[in-house]
Amino acid sequence: MTTEARDAYRQQFGGATTEGAEWLRALRTGAMTAFDTHGFPTTRNEDWHFTSPAPIIEAAFAPMMPALGTLTAADVEPFLVPGTEWATLVFVNGRYAPQLSRVEHLPDGVRVMNLASALLEEPTLVGAHLGSLARYDQQAFAFTALNTALLRDGAFLHVRQDTVVETPIHLVYLSDAGAEGGVSYPRNLIVVDRHAKATIIEQYGATGDARYFTNAVTEAVIADGATLTHYKVQREGRKAFHVGHIEATQGRDSHFISFSFATGAALSRNNIYTRLAGAGCGATLNGLYMLDGEQICDHQTSIEHAEPNCYSRELYKGVLDDSSHGVFNGKVYVHPVAQKTDGKQTNNTLLLSPRARIDTKPQLEIFADDVKCTHGATIGQLDDRMAFYLKSRGVGAESARQLLTYAFAADVLETIELEPLKGELEKSALERFVSK
Amino acid sequence: MLTITNLSASVGDKQILRGINLTVNAGEVHAIMGPNGSGKSTLAQVIAGHPGYEVTGGSIEYEGKDLLELEPEERAHAGVFLAFQYPIEIPGVTNAYFLRTAYNEVRKARGEGEVDPMDFLDVMAEKLKLVEMDESMLHRSVNQGFSGGEKKRNEILQMAVLEPKLAVLDETDSGLDIDALRIVADGVNKLRRPGNATIVVTHYQRLLNHIVPDFVHVLAGGRIIKSGGKELALELEARGYDWLLEHETTAGAAR
Repeated sequence: MTTEARDAYRQQFGGATTEGAEWLRALRTGAMTAFDTHGFPTTRNEDWHFTSPAPIIEAAFAPMMPALGTLTAADVEPFLVPGTEWATLVFVNGRYAPQLSRVEHLPDGVRVMNLASALLEEPTLVGAHLGSLARYDQQAFAFTALNTALLRDGAFLHVRQDTVVETPIHLVYLSDAGAEGGVSYPRNLIVVDRHAKATIIEQYGATGDARYFTNAVTEAVIADGATLTHYKVQREGRKAFHVGHIEATQGRDSHFISFSFATGAALSRNNIYTRLAGAGCGATLNGLYMLDGEQICDHQTSIEHAEPNCYSRELYKGVLDDSSHGVFNGKVYVHPVAQKTDGKQTNNTLLLSPRARIDTKPQLEIFADDVKCTHGATIGQLDDRMAFYLKSRGVGAESARQLLTYAFAADVLETIELEPLKGELEKSALERFVSK
Repeated sequence: MLTITNLSASVGDKQILRGINLTVNAGEVHAIMGPNGSGKSTLAQVIAGHPGYEVTGGSIEYEGKDLLELEPEERAHAGVFLAFQYPIEIPGVTNAYFLRTAYNEVRKARGEGEVDPMDFLDVMAEKLKLVEMDESMLHRSVNQGFSGGEKKRNEILQMAVLEPKLAVLDETDSGLDIDALRIVADGVNKLRRPGNATIVVTHYQRLLNHIVPDFVHVLAGGRIIKSGGKELALELEARGYDWLLEHETTAGAAR
């Protein structure tokens, strides 16, 4: 399979080599060379042991056609959070849709635009960071290499020193019927300067029922004392494939708060990587995935403690119904200098069906001696005693199951500080398994 | 209201109830007493429809319906309520949400409209007073981190919200200090209506000083071996169960 698929991607690359500044062409060529050298991973690759990317590779997705141009504000409305007027960038089939976007009410010191514009307007800043964080020179990161080689557009956010953006910036990536058989490469760059603060929602969805592939990469530079809160909401179409890689680097005393909510796609892989590169910083990586049918959802997180006195907190929860398959791989790497590291990782799974499956793998590598690192995983089923208690109070079997499923997920949803989004995702969690 | 005829039930291979006969009419309070392991709680759970117990014989007729044919939630809709001996903790579900959901499910089943969260708070204000609980409990998870007394009061609160016709209180007094016992018993008494009935399952007589029964039944070995008025409870308090059990053994041997 791979030779054909690789040739197809090489062909896609042929069209991109002449675009953009020299540094960008060099970046693309380097990434393409890395992809050529390593090829696609298989389940023999440790990082892909539980999830085979073969279905994505074999589907040989072609570059996505531009949107049909028929999406209106009304089509986008269901993907927005009711009652909010957040700055919103909308992308359709990987292309920026300015007519569906709104960038207003933002304080001075904040620049939000699509990456293609930023390449022209902010070439120095973009050139300094783009491709510098998201690793691609290994087989496990073949999709990141392809994104880097073939990137076209995405979001760009720059928050200047001491600037606090109170309202979140909402990035909406939609695929419409025209996405059928196609792949898009959303590429986002977030730069939060010293003591600045921002919140991003990176959301994926589909207006139709197309079979497509989203290969997304987000890089985030979080400077000293800065805070970035990043919400990923993956509700791709049920036939879609999604591979997303988020990679952050954190300066001294900075904070990175990440939440990954995943209910969509036939197969999704979500990498969330952060490097604690300054002393005294903290990372909180939480997530919730709710799957049914034959969905596969794989989260791979990586927290690299490279400096002393940092903390990391991780809580991932999964609710798996039918024959769905969840994967959680939590890497924590503590460098010899990273003394006083305080790390905690938890992965809890609720299995609603005997055919559902979870592979959970904590992966702690600790090379400092004065650290506190714990991890724990639980796998359970709905509690019959709780169900009977609810039924004895008049709650029907279906509602009881729904309520208890929601209750399982409630504490991780509770960590979402952005109230309107929390409400929206709680609603989504409550309704996830209705009418089965 | 409730007619239990020759009811037998088991858990796994173990036969627990061996032919219970009991009739409860509207307006009555029945106490069921008996030594540990006599089947008191099993009877309460079977009435509520606990799936862990298998009914192996006999029948329960409730308001003209075959109760054993109904799902637990349908029994609740029909006005049957069990106050649990060991109330279940449900982390992640607030009492407010739980109580409102239960209230609306029962209303729906009765053909009444659902109540929105704001109106429900008004409903709750009055009910909370009945069990001397603070509104803050509504925002806590169901029974999570509750003391023993709080859990039992929460059971009575649920009873107040659902307004059942037949309430079965399963050892609602166990583990309560005297103040909590008084609050729980007062709550139950205030909820008594001429059209309602209460079955009080208890190991001790003291609850019956507060909730005065019309009838007292002694359950032993899965059967009711003696029935009487409230004075029977006092006699049991004074003499224990042994005299009855001996009598039963003798009677059984004579048969």
